[in-house]
Amino acid sequence: MFGLKGDWSLEVKDRYFTLEDYCGAEPRWCTGCGDHGILAAVHRVCRDAQVKPEKTVAVSGIGCSSRLPHYMNTYGFHGLHGRALPVACGIKSRRPDLDVWVATGDGDCFSIGAAHWVHAMRYNMDMTLLVFDNGIYGLTKKQTSPTTPIDVPTNTHPSGALLPPLNPLTVTLGVTNISFVAQIVDWNAPLRHEVIKKAHEHKGTSFVRIIQRCPVYVEAIGKALQDEPAKMRLLTHEKGVQVDDNVKRLFPNHGEHDPSDLPAALAIAADESVLPLGILYHNPDAPRYDLMSSVGLDMSVDEKLAGINKALDGFAI
Amino acid sequence: MQKSASAVDTKYLFKRNNTWWVKVAVPRSLRKALGYDLRRSLHTHDIEAAREARWAAVEALRSKIDEVRANGSEDVANAKRGAQLVDQHIVEIVSDSGEGAQKCGQILGLVSGKMGNGVWTVEIIPAEIQPPARERQGASGIRVRMGSKKVTNMGNEADMVVAFNEQVLYSRIDNRAYKQGTVVLLENMWAEDPEERIRKQYREAVADFRAQGLVVHELPIQEECLKVVPDPRKGKNMFVLGMLCAIYHRDVDTAKGEIAKTFRRKSDKVISVNHELFDAGYAFAREHLDYEFELPADPEDRLESAVVINGNTAVGLGVMAAGIEMVAMYPITPATSASHYLADDFHLTGGFVHQAEDEIAAIGFAIGASYAGKTACTITSGPGMALKTEMIGLAVMAEIPLVIVDVQRGGPATGLPTKIEQGDLLASLYGSPGDSPKIVIAATTISECFHFVVMARKLAESFRTPVILLTDANLATGVQPIERPEVTDEWFAPPIDQSAWDRDIAPYNWDETTGLSPRPIPGMRDGEYILTGLAHNQNSKIAYDSASNQEGMNMRSRKLATLSGTLKPPEIHGDATGDLLIVGWGSTLGAIEEAVDLAREQGKNVSSVHLRFLSPMEPGLKEIFSGFKKVMTIEINYSDDPGSPLTNGDNRRYSQLANVLRAHTLMDIDCWSKVPGHPLQPGAIGKVIDSRLAEIEGAK
Repeated sequence: MFGLKGDWSLEVKDRYFTLEDYCGAEPRWCTGCGDHGILAAVHRVCRDAQVKPEKTVAVSGIGCSSRLPHYMNTYGFHGLHGRALPVACGIKSRRPDLDVWVATGDGDCFSIGAAHWVHAMRYNMDMTLLVFDNGIYGLTKKQTSPTTPIDVPTNTHPSGALLPPLNPLTVTLGVTNISFVAQIVDWNAPLRHEVIKKAHEHKGTSFVRIIQRCPVYVEAIGKALQDEPAKMRLLTHEKGVQVDDNVKRLFPNHGEHDPSDLPAALAIAADESVLPLGILYHNPDAPRYDLMSSVGLDMSVDEKLAGINKALDGFAI
Repeated sequence: MQKSASAVDTKYLFKRNNTWWVKVAVPRSLRKALGYDLRRSLHTHDIEAAREARWAAVEALRSKIDEVRANGSEDVANAKRGAQLVDQHIVEIVSDSGEGAQKCGQILGLVSGKMGNGVWTVEIIPAEIQPPARERQGASGIRVRMGSKKVTNMGNEADMVVAFNEQVLYSRIDNRAYKQGTVVLLENMWAEDPEERIRKQYREAVADFRAQGLVVHELPIQEECLKVVPDPRKGKNMFVLGMLCAIYHRDVDTAKGEIAKTFRRKSDKVISVNHELFDAGYAFAREHLDYEFELPADPEDRLESAVVINGNTAVGLGVMAAGIEMVAMYPITPATSASHYLADDFHLTGGFVHQAEDEIAAIGFAIGASYAGKTACTITSGPGMALKTEMIGLAVMAEIPLVIVDVQRGGPATGLPTKIEQGDLLASLYGSPGDSPKIVIAATTISECFHFVVMARKLAESFRTPVILLTDANLATGVQPIERPEVTDEWFAPPIDQSAWDRDIAPYNWDETTGLSPRPIPGMRDGEYILTGLAHNQNSKIAYDSASNQEGMNMRSRKLATLSGTLKPPEIHGDATGDLLIVGWGSTLGAIEEAVDLAREQGKNVSSVHLRFLSPMEPGLKEIFSGFKKVMTIEINYSDDPGSPLTNGDNRRYSQLANVLRAHTLMDIDCWSKVPGHPLQPGAIGKVIDSRLAEIEGAK
């Protein structure tokens, strides 16, 4: 509501943003694609947070996921395959005032951009990283991705993917200085919203892996989970996700997990018999590289002039 | 409480490694001529004997001081000591890696620069950190060319060399660094090495050097250093610096100041030990060596106000003077030292060095910062450029301003990591898929390494494009005094604009004539747009249709034509018409012009032109070229020698600039290029000039 806060105090803002203020072009994703729901959640979280659209930047790489910026009415950067994170980090490095989102996919983040994934997690700059993981290369038409389940046929492996899939959660949780690791499925709206909201609120890099349906190429991956909810396990905690009983009812398999417990999070992530959903790990105190890289922003022209002259003095005859 | 006289009476005496010496202070007015103090060994470890012998020694030293004072002027004093007046001299110091030859030469260069001399240094760097000792490939060292006037290149053969062993000297002989009569000051400890193999190598080498016409002096450098420190491997270089400062009459105070600066992060003890080594070397040279050179600085060539820096430091300072806020880099030789420098001083202008996880991330990071309105730069070398290619294409496509500094080394692949080549020109111009017009400029001097960063920043923003600044390993490590830049705030990037954008202006509101367009910056209200590397229209909307694609290409290319229209034709060094025109680019400027000047003094009809802008190409070239019977480029990159097997007019591969100029002018431009891994010498260029002039003569 306009200007009205939860405690009934009034905050007068010069502008109030509606969902429409964050909506860009009409999405071109396929019918039934999980990306639509993720986009809706992003729009809602932005609206709820009332971030100015001009202060919001959505950065992406290449792939179906990476079309997201075009569907935002904010600033956006739709760059190169695998390279969303360096660009996002660069944006954040000297613009702490900008709210940075990164949309990437299993191929973009875990394959061609894997080096940046590991290092960006360690930099822990304040941004929200959403990995749209559909377990397949969609835009280039059905090639095996790092998370394609074994034996699932693709155009590059017609007899089925040869190797067991990469576990992005254990990899991410294994990176030093991570601060927020979560996992959701695209089709549960309340959980999706709750986790993305928490990710957005977190100051640091929030890694959210979203199991996302691709009904065109690998419908079975999403369907298997939808048909058998017991294959998933909802993690709740007062420090993590809190959902009402209606949501819990959808996940017969649920339990408490304290997200500040890294060894427990690793154990949960390593157990591949069940897909954990919710916030696996959260450390609000991990060092943030963006606070280090933005030093000197407030320096005046005169100070800079004095600085360069001092530098030159060091070499003067 | 007063101690008994006998216990403390060491007046004039000091002990060094169990030998007593006498030291007499030199009056301030004579220090230029004589150094800080005069010393003489008493050749005894016995204090009583030393006390007795000291008076005669003190007397002798004092009379030396009196003698110099009586003669009244430094020059006379020098003449007495046989100092020879020279207008330039080239000295090399070569050692195994880790023995500090470069540090020694760098300080010699700095001191000379500070004394007003022209200086050019070239480092000889092995690719390994700890290559095996006493091997040719492991040779590490430095060449210092000092002159009365400004020095612009490494020169030809060296006049003097200090070698820490004979094998590293061979590596320089292989490089034809010396001539008949070059004086070799050679460490003689190898003559008495415990290993017969080494003793034999040494004996044979010395004989061989002499047979080749080198004037070899075998010096007990190690032995002398042992009098000061237990392990001279670290410190011998400062002894040699002392020697060279005595030989070249360098200012002792300045040298000691630089030594102190070098070891500023170490303890005072380290500084004083190195000062002692310096003094010992100085005294040793005065006592035992006949070589003394007076190298006065020509007051006419003296810079009003100078800084002594190498090209990479110049790039770092340029980054600061341009108001660039962010340098994103990945370690790569020979570019990294620019970032090392910035890591020390960038905070003075509020900047930050980001060491990225790889070369791609480094440029991606810089692109991100720049997209967000913060001026950014990435500094790399050839292999890094190769990795950045896709990102450079993105910056061209999406019109993101960015300064990219490429400190060129030898290629392809990892090539020659520490050595110079001008091999990245074509890759810089054309190294992206599709058409990717960008600005490419090349610094020709250390001073331009500084100023061109400032220019590149301005060009990048004005033309909304990446700018590649090419320097090279020669400029990167070469130390030279340059005019101190007077930085003004106009050089800085303007503060980030966060005013509201006019909603009616498209994010690529291309001016049809110039291709230029203003750029919305995140944070500007109503400027929201989605940047994309895909083909797009002026609204930055993905547009795969033919007309939009053609228009985007036209607009990006037109910006280069716009810039080209603002450039002046290059200046011709020499006459505007003649027999031969040499065209060069980058760090070969000094060597080419020195060779051309010499040829012209000999009455030859040769001129030269040196290019700074490679994209867009400087205007007026065709007209300039038509004033000469023959036009050729001289470059440090590969080309087929016309005489080599199977090479003919149909298949000869030209050097990189020649290639570009042939296409650009449709003229038959010849080339001479080599990939020796070291800078071109004026003498070698002189020979090329002579051979081409002979061809022209023969064709008449």
